[in-house]
Formats: sequence, structure tokens, C-alpha cells
Amino acid sequence: MADAIRIKNLQKKFRVGFIPKPREILKGITFSVREGETFGYLGPNGAGKTTTIKCLLDLIHPDAGTIEILGRPHSQPRSREALGFLPENPYFYDYLTAREFLSFTADLFGLGRAEKDERIARLLELVGLERAADLPLRKYSRGMLQRAGLAQALINDPKLVVLDEPLGGMDPLGRKEIRDIIVRFKDEGKTVFFTSHILQDIEMICDRVAIIVGGRIVKEGGLRDLVSEKVLFTEVTVSGLPPQAFEGLGESVSAQGDRVLLKVYDEALVDAVVHLIHDRKGRLIALSPRTETLEDIFVDTVTRT
Amino acid sequence: MKIGAIAGITFKEAKRDRILYLLFFFAALGIVASRVLAVLTVGDRVKIIKDVGLASISVFGVLMAILIGTGLVYKEIDKKTIYTLLAKPLYRAEFILGKFVGLVLTLFVMTAAMTLIFLAIVYAHTLKIEGSLLVAVAYIFLELVLITAVAILFSSFSTPILSSLFALAFYLIGHLSWGLELIIKKMEAGAGKVLVQGLYMILPDLENFNFRTEVVHGLPIPPGIYLSSFLYGVCYTAFILGLAVLIFRRRDFI
Repeated sequence: MADAIRIKNLQKKFRVGFIPKPREILKGITFSVREGETFGYLGPNGAGKTTTIKCLLDLIHPDAGTIEILGRPHSQPRSREALGFLPENPYFYDYLTAREFLSFTADLFGLGRAEKDERIARLLELVGLERAADLPLRKYSRGMLQRAGLAQALINDPKLVVLDEPLGGMDPLGRKEIRDIIVRFKDEGKTVFFTSHILQDIEMICDRVAIIVGGRIVKEGGLRDLVSEKVLFTEVTVSGLPPQAFEGLGESVSAQGDRVLLKVYDEALVDAVVHLIHDRKGRLIALSPRTETLEDIFVDTVTRT
Repeated sequence: MKIGAIAGITFKEAKRDRILYLLFFFAALGIVASRVLAVLTVGDRVKIIKDVGLASISVFGVLMAILIGTGLVYKEIDKKTIYTLLAKPLYRAEFILGKFVGLVLTLFVMTAAMTLIFLAIVYAHTLKIEGSLLVAVAYIFLELVLITAVAILFSSFSTPILSSLFALAFYLIGHLSWGLELIIKKMEAGAGKVLVQGLYMILPDLENFNFRTEVVHGLPIPPGIYLSSFLYGVCYTAFILGLAVLIFRRRDFI
């Protein structure tokens, strides 16, 4: 499978302060995004995620390294012909309506009148803005702006969609809708490259991830390779028994009223806990094994780096 | 096509700017007030109306070009709307040219409106439309086009306040630099003269676009001057726009 994005040894320094001091933001980033996959780019604040995206879009000139978008050098505007981009906190011309704004972005791709009208109508429906299509963007809520942003990113029916924090500022329902749209991209064979702080969402929709910390990629790979199926511990919620009853079997995490939450690290001891509850006439409320999540890996990687 | 789309959006944005209408109001006031001035002054009333009217179109046109032009590119960067634009298959040169064309279009509409008021006032006094007045206005417009390019140049790397000061300085220097020509004529040959000649070459000479005195007083204008002034305006504007593109292409949008 060909690469939709290929980044090699990307480096960028900024000069900051009154007496400018160079600050290295990207310290030799290398990774690839394959065509058709959904790729999550994770990292704590200030790690260099947005700088990477800005370099990719030629908004920032890298000091060193190469970037290819769908086989073309990123510095050629033609490399962005099949690319759609949604910036973090999208800012648009607030005096335009969503329809006018989409029409303007369609003009930047040189779409014909009929094709333009058809795409605008379809995209407004896709992002659920048909009713607000003729309202100026300044009257939009943050979630609605995010939807308008997504619509403009799709105006050219892109092969590659780059989304910078697409789920930020959305309510749970809006988040689900955007997530569903991203999943639909995958079904349509589009490549998605996106950053997010919401790791559950990344875990739900990504094929591969890269974690950037301090301007370096510290982990990269398929989600299934990174997140193991191994049970880390089992959470047991019990009522009617004191925490002391489980000494030596598990760690009591919290006790509220007569409810106790236990963490049992040894799988072999789970049966013993269940028997103990049964024998001492307690009540087992919940028992859930916790496997490793992306969040565990992320927190572990970031704290170790 | 892409330049046209950017120009269209720039025109839409510029015509929402209240400064534009405020300046237009004062320009119209100046043109109409020229009639009052003509009554109060000794001399040919029509000449005073023409002189003050053309000066109003020029001064307020320049203020429009500077005050709107210096914010155009800066606002796109400050409001981060540029991220969405430059992520499209768009050359940065197309962006700058689109902004330039959009503002030139705005100024064309405003100049046309000011000229209509001006011609109406002149017509009320002379009962005829003089073509030479339109020539003077056309060269004022050419000067506005150049000032627009200068405003966009400064706007591509500086804040609106600083850009306005720089562009205003360019305008003032442009109208005073003809004095250097007189100095060159009176200087003796030597390094000093070469230096002043070099300075005169670099500095703009906006008096090239000033046909007001000739038109108002009905003085003859050699035909070659029209062409040389036109070419001077076009070349200088292209040079300034080229410089703006060069600076803008090197910028990082952090």
C-alpha cells in the first residue's frame, strides 16, 4: 500500500523572546501514514503536533527533512489538491454564511457551478447544517463552526483528510456524529490523519497511532500491536463486607457507604474473592477485568520520556 | 479563478468596513464644500472647485487604500483564517494578488462614486463634462493602485498601525522626492551627486501621477508623459507586489 503522508527527519526551531533564543520544537520526526488508514497523532500539549501539521501544509517551513503528500513534495500547492484540512478551533470569515463560505472554498478548487451546488447541499446535510446554512458564521456555536469546518475540508472530496483536534469543543452527541463521519471516511477509502486529546475516540477509530513527546516520536505502530489484550487487574465492587475482609487478596481503592471497590491484580485470586463474598453473605455488584488501554500506554510513555 | 475568489471575498470584506464609508462621507463633503470655498475665494470659481474636488478624491482615496490595505493581510493572519486558505492548493502569490485585486476593485468603486459627485458639481457650474478631468482622476486612481500595493507589502510583515505609518511615509516621500531632481540639477558632479541620483532612482516619485495643475489650469501636457507615467505606475506596482510576495512566501504562520 502506498503512503499518503511520508515525513522524514522533520526538524523545526523557533526563535522566541526579546533576545531570540532558538527553541527546538521538532527534533527529527519520521513516520508514514498509509493510504486508506486512520492514523492518530497523539501527544501532550506543546509536544509538536500542530507544528507537524503546519509543516505538512506548508504553513511553516521546516529547517530540515522532507514531507511528501500523496507522492508529491509538500511545498507544491498541487500536493494539496486531494487534501482536506480542518484546523484546531476553526476561524472563518464570520460575516459569510456557511453556504457562501463553502462556495468560496469550492472556488479555490475551481469546481464548476453544478458540481459546487451539489457538493455544498450534500455536505451541509452530512454535517447537519442544512437549517443554519444561510446564517452568518458569527452566529454559530463552537460545535456548529466545527461542523462547518469539516464541510469545507471535504469540499474537494479529498483522498486525505487532516483533522487537528476535530472533537474538541463538541458535546457528546456532536462528538459521536463527527466520529461516525470519520468512520465513514474509512469505508469510503479515504486516509485520515488526526490529532486528539480524547484517547477513547482515537482508540475507537484509529488503525495506527504515533505518540510525539518533546518533538520526538516515541511510539508508533498499529493499535492492536500497541494495546495488549492482557488483563491488568480486575475491578470488583462488593457491598455488605468491610474492606478488611479482603486483606491479602486485593487492594481496596474506595469505600462508600457499605460498598467497597477492590482492585485484584492476580487473576488467580479473583475466584477466591468471589468465594469469600459468597461465603460471608456479601453481595457482588460488579466484576470487570481491565485490559490495557491507549490511555495507559499514553500516560506511561509520556511520564517515562 | 483562485485570485478572483480571493478578490471577491476581499471586496466583500472591504465594503463592510465602516472606515470606508466614513472616508467617503468626508471626501463627498470636501467635494461639495469646494463650492462654498469657491464663493468665498477671489478668482476663477470653477478652477477652485476642480482643484479642491480632485484633491479630495486623491487624499481620501489614499487614506482608504492605506487604512484598509494595511489591515488586509494582517487580519487574515491574526484571525487565523489564513490557515484554512493556504491549506488549499493555493500559491501564496495568488493570495497576495487576490487581496490586491479585491482592494483595487473596492477603490475603483469608491473613486467612481467620488468622481460622479465631483463631475456633477463641476457640471452644475460649467454645464459640460470635461474629458481632461477624467484623465486626472484616472492617474489619481493609478496612484491609489500603487499605494494599495505598498499597504499590502507592509501588511504582509507588520501590524496595521506600523504599516499605516510606513505607507503614509511612502506617500509623503513620494510627493516630495521631486525636490531631489532640482537638487541633482544644481549639484556639481561627484560622489554626492551619484548618491542623490541613486536615492532619486529608488524613492518613489508620485508626482508622476499628478496632472491636477495642468488639468485645472488648462495647461498643455506632452502626450509622451501619459505613457511614461502609466508605465512608471505599472512597473513600480509590479515591483512592490513582487517584494510583498517574496516576503510573504518566506513567512511562517505559527
